[in-house]
Amino acid sequence: MADNIIEIKDLYRYFGKVKALDGVSLNVKRGSVVVVIGPSGSGKSTMLRCINHLEVPTSGEVWIDGVCLESKHEKLDNIRADIGMVFQLFNLFPHLTALENITMAQKAVRKRSEAEAREIALQKLERVGILEKADVYPDNLSGGQQQRVAIARALAMDPKIMLFDEPTSALDPEMIKEVLDVMLDLAEEGMTMVVVTHEMSFARAAADEIIFMDEGKIVEQTTPDGLFNNPQHERTKLFLSQILD
Amino acid sequence: MGDLYHSQKQFDPPEEIVDESQIKTWRSHPWWLYLLIVILIATAVGIYTQENLQEAFMFIIRGIGVTVIIAIVSYLIAILLGLLTGLGRISRNVFVNNIATFYVEFLRGIPMRVLIFFIALVGVPVVVDWMNALGIPIENKDIPMEARAVIALSVTYGAFLAEIFRAGIQSIGRGQMEAARSLGMSFGKAMRYVILPQAVRNVLPALGNDFVAMVKDSSLVSLLAVGDITYMAKVYSGSTFRFREAYTILSLSYLTMTVVLSRIMNRIEKRMRTDGR
Ligand SMILES: Nc1ncnc2c1ncn2[C@@H]1O[C@H](COP(=O)(O)OP(=O)(O)O)[C@@H](O)[C@H]1O
Ligand SMILES: [Mg+2]
Repeated sequence: MADNIIEIKDLYRYFGKVKALDGVSLNVKRGSVVVVIGPSGSGKSTMLRCINHLEVPTSGEVWIDGVCLESKHEKLDNIRADIGMVFQLFNLFPHLTALENITMAQKAVRKRSEAEAREIALQKLERVGILEKADVYPDNLSGGQQQRVAIARALAMDPKIMLFDEPTSALDPEMIKEVLDVMLDLAEEGMTMVVVTHEMSFARAAADEIIFMDEGKIVEQTTPDGLFNNPQHERTKLFLSQILD
Repeated sequence: MGDLYHSQKQFDPPEEIVDESQIKTWRSHPWWLYLLIVILIATAVGIYTQENLQEAFMFIIRGIGVTVIIAIVSYLIAILLGLLTGLGRISRNVFVNNIATFYVEFLRGIPMRVLIFFIALVGVPVVVDWMNALGIPIENKDIPMEARAVIALSVTYGAFLAEIFRAGIQSIGRGQMEAARSLGMSFGKAMRYVILPQAVRNVLPALGNDFVAMVKDSSLVSLLAVGDITYMAKVYSGSTFRFREAYTILSLSYLTMTVVLSRIMNRIEKRMRTDGR
């Protein structure tokens, strides 16, 4: 049990008649990096969002570090605070500066003092390489800078797990690398990460496992080597040929 | 070649980019405002020079304190009511949601002057009866008409403001709430620290408009014999039959207040827009 920090058991999520998740089971080992790929609408985001219960599954269970999210006794807010999430569209708080974006939840959730939250925020900003933007509002940051602030904001909560939902797909090509570099660093340091992305360079460099999803199911679960050199399923091959041209 | 280059440089001085909206032509002056100011000044001169106007003015202006205080107090209470009701309207809790919706729809369906009577003469006594039934000793005569006027106006405007707050909250993208929740913030904290600060900023112009409207609608409290400027004008004209003087003074008093308030609101709005946040 202690080995798997995330256990997803037979997860279903329906939106009306749409089966966004159609029986998904997955274990994620502590410290490992799992990359999730698959065509649009295959349920990648839904699965990711079930991991911190931004989306509540129709049935099935999610266990985080030995705690079942579906059991009524568990305080979801506390569990969510331990799981960082980075969104495709950054979702920074536009009324706050970069620094304030990072200190707010530290103060409101972690009960840290202003001074402590600030120190940690500056530390995280330095780590993602934009310390000089501390007092800038999100509207005045480039996409790549915004996404790095978003990562810093998540890291400031000292998460056990980081979830990324297509973190670079809204970015101009020249900014993708600066975000991927931060993510690679994180992976190297041993952060548990579940990353929905089609950046195969990242998958190759960092992934311990790659999951291919289609129509709400996990079609193939393999290593980067296995995926690129020896894909098992027709749908995987077709999808790879589409994104690797 | 070289000559051409030079001559081009000479004939093309770097032009400044001119924002046409910044140029004051005679067309862009607020002539309507100048006309208004002239009328107000003329009236002021009239008040100074003509005894009848002066008398009417001195009588009616005694109600200005009541008008201003009722408008401000009612508006502050209405903001609180509106915020709570607006949150109730977006609540997923069926009970809370229906109570809030009932309140808004009930009040929207009744003309305001009828509501003023209804709340002051039906609503308040009914609540007093309930409180008596609960053993709280309170009598109808303990609640003066001024208080009932404030209750009536705040409850009425609370319903309007609820819709403004609801729209403001709903205008904030879903991603904001999700980002806040993903950081471990409760729904309440996310509302307070993330959603509401942005929503309120968005609806500030609408709130300003409604305050101006509230100043005007505060004249309805004269129906309850509360001594605001409208009531004073009624009393004055009723006893002197100088309707012309009384209602000139009254109209221009409201006009002065609303024009000044609107200008202030405009200023604030503009400043916020140039601040960018
Ligand atoms: N909130 C929602 N309401 C209705 N349908 C949804 C919602 N979220 C996702 N879906 C549907 O569920 C399916 C999976 O969506 P999603 O998990 O976002 O896929 P992916 O991230 O792989 O593109 C899609 O068909 C999508 O239309
Ligand atoms: Mg998606």
